[in-house]
Amino acid sequence: MNDARSNILKRLKEAGPGLPETAEQTPVPLARWSPAQRIERFSQRMESVRAEVHIVPDNGWIDLLKELVSEKGIGTLLYSPPTEYGSAIGAAWGTSDGPLRTLTGEIEEWQEQLFSDIDAALTSTHAAIAETGTLVLWPDSAEPRTFSLVPPIHIALLKAERIFDTFADLVAREQWQNGLPTNALLISGPSKSADIEQTLAYGVHGPVELIVLVLTEA
Amino acid sequence: MQQSVEFRGRSREALGNEQIRSNFRQAMDGLMSKRKASFPDQDELRRLRLRAAEIRANALLKLPELLERLEQRCHENGIQVHWAESTAEANAIVLGIMQRHDARLLIKGKSMVSEEMELNHYLEAHGIECLESDLGEYILQLAGEPPSHIVAPAIHKSRQQIAQLFRQKFPDIPYSEDVDTLTRSARTILRRKFNQAPVGLSGVNFAVAETGTICLVENEGNGRMCTTVPPVHIAVTGIEKVVEHLADIPPLLSLLPRSATGQHITTYFNMISSPRKPGERDGPQEVHLVLLDNGRSRIYQDQELIQTLRCIRCGACMNHCPVYARIGGHAYGTTIPGPIGSILEPQKAGLDRLGDLPTASTLCGACAEVCPVKIPIPDLLNRLRFERVRSDGDNLTPGQGSQRHGWEPTVWRAWSWLHAHPLVYRLGTRIASRLRWLQPRRLGNWSRVRSTPRVASRTLHELAAKNGFNDE
Ligand code: SF4
Repeated sequence: MNDARSNILKRLKEAGPGLPETAEQTPVPLARWSPAQRIERFSQRMESVRAEVHIVPDNGWIDLLKELVSEKGIGTLLYSPPTEYGSAIGAAWGTSDGPLRTLTGEIEEWQEQLFSDIDAALTSTHAAIAETGTLVLWPDSAEPRTFSLVPPIHIALLKAERIFDTFADLVAREQWQNGLPTNALLISGPSKSADIEQTLAYGVHGPVELIVLVLTEA
Repeated sequence: MQQSVEFRGRSREALGNEQIRSNFRQAMDGLMSKRKASFPDQDELRRLRLRAAEIRANALLKLPELLERLEQRCHENGIQVHWAESTAEANAIVLGIMQRHDARLLIKGKSMVSEEMELNHYLEAHGIECLESDLGEYILQLAGEPPSHIVAPAIHKSRQQIAQLFRQKFPDIPYSEDVDTLTRSARTILRRKFNQAPVGLSGVNFAVAETGTICLVENEGNGRMCTTVPPVHIAVTGIEKVVEHLADIPPLLSLLPRSATGQHITTYFNMISSPRKPGERDGPQEVHLVLLDNGRSRIYQDQELIQTLRCIRCGACMNHCPVYARIGGHAYGTTIPGPIGSILEPQKAGLDRLGDLPTASTLCGACAEVCPVKIPIPDLLNRLRFERVRSDGDNLTPGQGSQRHGWEPTVWRAWSWLHAHPLVYRLGTRIASRLRWLQPRRLGNWSRVRSTPRVASRTLHELAAKNGFNDE
């Protein structure tokens, strides 16, 4: 296969010098909003693709979560204890575990359970983007990639101050080029498809419902 | 010639098929108006397109260097990079990976490059089952048909046709024409497969050289499934998909979904930079990236035709093409249909086989007007029309000069001689106008679907002179 590599590169390099230089970079003005506008824009865009957004003070979200769980009849809720929110969630249902489920070890040990036994998963988020109504996730060992993908309901916790104006702004401010995680994800709503007659259907392969709790300082 | 006869035949058939006509018309109208509504700010659109064209042109300018950097970064990140000059080599690479893992099932996300490779066909001949998991592709796999659009593959099918297909394939599932119910059925069937598949395959929308990152754009989540759940992930891509910087991604991502379907962003934008790292608890243990050439490095050598490689596969050119909207995707008989297909595919397969495609255009320019990376498609169509009849080829485009036929060059030579000799020209046109009663009523193929143009009774020169214009 090394032949293929050197042949391809050789052909490309031979042609190279004939190409015109293009140093130009047309500036594209980026949108700017105030913190309040960011929350508003984010929520409005998310809701327009059928995600559910709740803006809640950061001392009140546990109660809201419990309400949502009972209201939606969520029988099993996956969460990860070693996270910022883990202990609060763990304590939420008192001494009984109630709907709470955790998964330890690697996917090979829990894939079956994840696919068949989990109604909803709760994850934190890395950031969000106001312009497009987008959650940004950097899954890690505490909250693996499949948590936000396989269960039919995904509940995401987002700190209001982590909403950025645009994707370009986020990438530039955090200097993403200096180090990306295994998987960085932008999520804008529940899974959907328009493959049949251009008609939108939700919940094709990923979550059918996406619920975002935007936490504001109490 | 064989192919062009087929293209004409298929177009004629498609034009006579009312179902195809109305399915496409409806879908294209919808896509056009959605795109338009998603770009309310014309100045933003103008700037974004300029920027995107610059990003893609810059990436092509530095292509060999960027491919080496991409390979280097991927290597550091633990992604295994493979190079393939032909689709046969790419297929063999995928098969090799499958066999090393003793894998009998490949679950696939949407990938036009895998269509180009005819991968399913190849693997099935080697006893490996391939399963398309994109809803549209899945429907087509059930129907045994190729995609007819690069973004919305099953766009030619109506809901009723899909319902019939499901009834035929899954008699146990109750019949329904409801889109949500059909979607739910497909979800249930495919979930089982995601849970079992040993290897997942995806395409690539952008590959970032700076970070060694594979980017995937999708709505359904099947792309995430294919690249996250199975223990092995194989991504296949054309060598032209690389961009230099991570900062190049936001403007491209801002244009791609809006140009394609009028969505501001797709549900998922999936950026993969490595396999599962120690301590991580899911994701594939192996990630492979297959870089396919298949004619691209040849296209790359022509300073004008290289622009073909800027394409980000949004499909806007086909959505806005009056020819595509009428004949649909299958008539083209190529992996990629529509205006971009008409410039790309003949450069790959040869103008001797697909030389008719560049002529299937009115050169109205709609494609170039909407193309997010500003590919001058009509210019390139014209260029290929020239390539197919030129006699002094540079041997870059395969099938050059193959459509040059006996009397045609002589006629054009006479035409140009005539126009260079005013006296003869005037005399000639005058005689033609006087003898116009001799003109045949039918002009072969031309008048089969058009009325025959008549030579005027007076030449333009005569009319002008009569109205007081002099020669200068
Ligand atoms: S040629 Fe332009 S409009 Fe057509 S698919 Fe490619 S990027 Fe989109």
